[in-house]
Amino acid sequence: MNREKVIFAFFIVLALTLNFGFFIGETSNPNHHNVYELFAALVASLICTVLKFGDRTHVGAMMLATSLVADLQLVAAAVIWGYAAQVGGGVDEMILASVVSLSGGALMANILSVVLLVVETVLVRR
Amino acid sequence: MNDVIYILLRRLRAPLVTLILVYAVSVLGLVLIPGQDDQGQPWRMDFFHAFYFVSFMGSTIGFGEVPYPFTDAQRFWTLACIYATVIAWLYSIGTLLALLQEPAFGRLMRRRAFVNEVRRLREPFYLVCGYGVTGSLVVKKLAAREMRTVVLELKQERVDALEMDGLSIRVPRLCADASLPDMLHDAGLRHACCIGVLALTDDDQANLSIAIASKVLVPERMVISRTESDVTTANLGSFGTDLVVDPFRAYAEYLVLTTHAPYTHLVYDWLLNPQHRPMATVHKRREGRWIICGYGRFGRALYGAFRQAGVELTLIDEGKDEQALPAPRVQGIGTEAVTLEAAGVTEAVGIVAGTFHDADNLSIIMTARALNPRLTTVVRQNLGENDLVFQNSRADFVMEPGRIIANRILAQIKTPLLPVFIERMLREHDDVWAHVLLNRMSHVVGERELDSWSFRLCDEETPALLMLQQEQVLKLRTLMKDPRDRTRSLPCMPLMHRRGEQVRLLPGELCELQQGDEILFCGLSEALHKMEWTVNNYNQLQYLLTGREHSDTLLSRLLHRGGKH
Repeated sequence: MNREKVIFAFFIVLALTLNFGFFIGETSNPNHHNVYELFAALVASLICTVLKFGDRTHVGAMMLATSLVADLQLVAAAVIWGYAAQVGGGVDEMILASVVSLSGGALMANILSVVLLVVETVLVRR
Repeated sequence: MNDVIYILLRRLRAPLVTLILVYAVSVLGLVLIPGQDDQGQPWRMDFFHAFYFVSFMGSTIGFGEVPYPFTDAQRFWTLACIYATVIAWLYSIGTLLALLQEPAFGRLMRRRAFVNEVRRLREPFYLVCGYGVTGSLVVKKLAAREMRTVVLELKQERVDALEMDGLSIRVPRLCADASLPDMLHDAGLRHACCIGVLALTDDDQANLSIAIASKVLVPERMVISRTESDVTTANLGSFGTDLVVDPFRAYAEYLVLTTHAPYTHLVYDWLLNPQHRPMATVHKRREGRWIICGYGRFGRALYGAFRQAGVELTLIDEGKDEQALPAPRVQGIGTEAVTLEAAGVTEAVGIVAGTFHDADNLSIIMTARALNPRLTTVVRQNLGENDLVFQNSRADFVMEPGRIIANRILAQIKTPLLPVFIERMLREHDDVWAHVLLNRMSHVVGERELDSWSFRLCDEETPALLMLQQEQVLKLRTLMKDPRDRTRSLPCMPLMHRRGEQVRLLPGELCELQQGDEILFCGLSEALHKMEWTVNNYNQLQYLLTGREHSDTLLSRLLHRGGKH
C-alpha cells in the first residue's frame, strides 16, 4: 500500500462526494444547499488540483485538466453567491439555481476525475 | 520547457497544500465563531468577510477588525490564525526561493534558454564544441566575419570567458558535455541552418563521438575535427570527416618547408596565419643539420617530415629505451650547455625545442642561442597563458598547437578554394614563382593581415553579376575596382580561377568570367566589403562597367526617355 496513493485517492473521492452533497436536492430550494458544504467542496477541489501537479503522464494531464475545470466552476459559484449576498440583493432563487448548476458542472468534472483514477488503477494492476 | 514547470509544480505541492489547508481552517473558524455587531446583537461572519479578513491578515497587511470589532473568542482564533498563515507563507516562499537558487534548477533553466535561442536562429551557423584556445580563436574570427556560432563547452570557466570576450554578435553557449548526442541535438545539430560542426575539444574520444554523431545524423554536413593521434586521424577519416587537423603533423609540414623552399613557406604562412612573418626573415641559412629536443608526439611528427625532406637530424631526448633510430641521439633534456654541445649545436642551423614543458623549451632556446647566435630557433608553446613570454622570446618560430588548428580551420571555412590553391602551389611551382607572388602580395597588403575570400558566380552569391545584358562582357578587372571611384583599384589580387575542372593560378585581369566560375581573392578585408557591393548591387556594377551612375527607378527612366525625345 502506497501512502501517497491513499492521500491522492482520498482527496479526489472527497472532492466528488462533497460536491455531490452540495449539488443534491431541489435546485432552487435554499434549505437543500448548505454554504459550508460548498466551502468544503471548493477547498477539497483546490487540494486535489495541487496534488495532481507534476504528473507527466497522459492520464495525469487529463486529471489535472478535469480538476482545473472543477475549480473554475466552484470558484465561479462561490463568487456569485458571495457577490449576491454582500453586494447584490441577497441570495434569491435565481442566484441559487445558477450556483447549484455551476456546482453540477463541477460534479461532472469530478466524476470524470474519479473515472480516470479508476482507469489508471485498473491499468496498472499492482 | 515543460521540464521546468513540472519540476516547479511538483516541488511546490507540499507548500501549496499547506497554504490551502491553513486558509481553509482559518476561514472556517472565523465563520463558526459567534461575534457581535455594533449594536451588541449576536452576529456571525459570512464566508465572504472571513476570506477577506484572512487574506489581509495572512499577508500581514492588517486593516483592523472588520466589519465590526471582534469578540474575545474571535480574537483568540485570529491570534492562532496570524501565526499559522505567516508560517505557511514563509514556508511556501522559502521553498520557492530555495528551488530557484538550486544549481540543478539553474542548469535546467540555462539549458532551456539555450535550446530556445538555438531554435530561433534563422541564419547559417557553425556548431563549435570546445572553447579552448582553438575554439575561442575560431569563434572570434567568425564573429568578425559576422558568421554565427553556437558553443558547447565542458568547463564553466571557459563559458564565463566567452561571456567576457565581448564578441560583436551574440553567441549562444552552454556548459555541457558535447560528446553526448542529445546535447548536440539541443545545440542545433539537426537544425536546418547548421552548416558545419567543429569538434575542437582537447579529448580525442570526445571529438570522435561528436564527428560520428554528426555524420550519422546529417551525413552531408561538414565536420571538422582536431586530433592528436594517428589512430584517431585514421578513424575520423574512415567515415568521411571533411577536415582532420593534427596540429603536430600540420606544423611539421609547415616547418619543413622553410628548410628547402623559404618563399613558398612564406606564401603559405601569409595565406594561413593572420600575423604573417616579414619577408626579411627569409635571409637566414636553414639548409643543414637540425636538432630536435624532445621525441614526443611533436618530435615524432617533425622527425618523420624532416626525414622525408632529406634533412640531417640530431635528436635530444631523455628517454631511457634505446630505440633503433637512424639519427644520432643524445640523452638529456637539452636545457644544459653540455647536452647541446654534445649534439653539435655550434655547427647546426636550427633547433626545435619541442618538449611538454614551456619553461624547458624557453631554457633550451636561450642556452642554444648563447652557444650559437646564428641558429634558427623553433619553440613549442603548450599553454595559452604563456603568450607574453613566448612573444618576447625572440624565437624565430613559436609553435602553438591551438593557433595552428584554428588557422587551418579558418582557412577551410573562409573558402574551400584556399587549400586547393596551396596544394597546387606546392605541387606545381618552385620557390622563384613563390618569390614573385610574395612580392605582389606584399605590394597589396604590406604588413597588414592578408585575408582571402572567394566568389562563385551564381544567383545566391553574386546576383548582380548575372543580371548583365548579353553584350556586356564581365572581366575580372571590373570586380577589383573600387565601387566608390572606378579609377582606383581595391587592395586585393586574384589568386585562382576555377571553371569546372579547369584551374588557373594567378589569372590575368582581363580574364572573362562566366556563370559557375569560382574566383579566389586575397587582400585586405576592407576590399572584401567593397567587393560585396559590386557583386550584389546592379547599379554599382553598371557604374564600374560604364562609368555612369546608373539608376533604374521609374522617375529616372521617365526622365531619360524625356531627354531622348
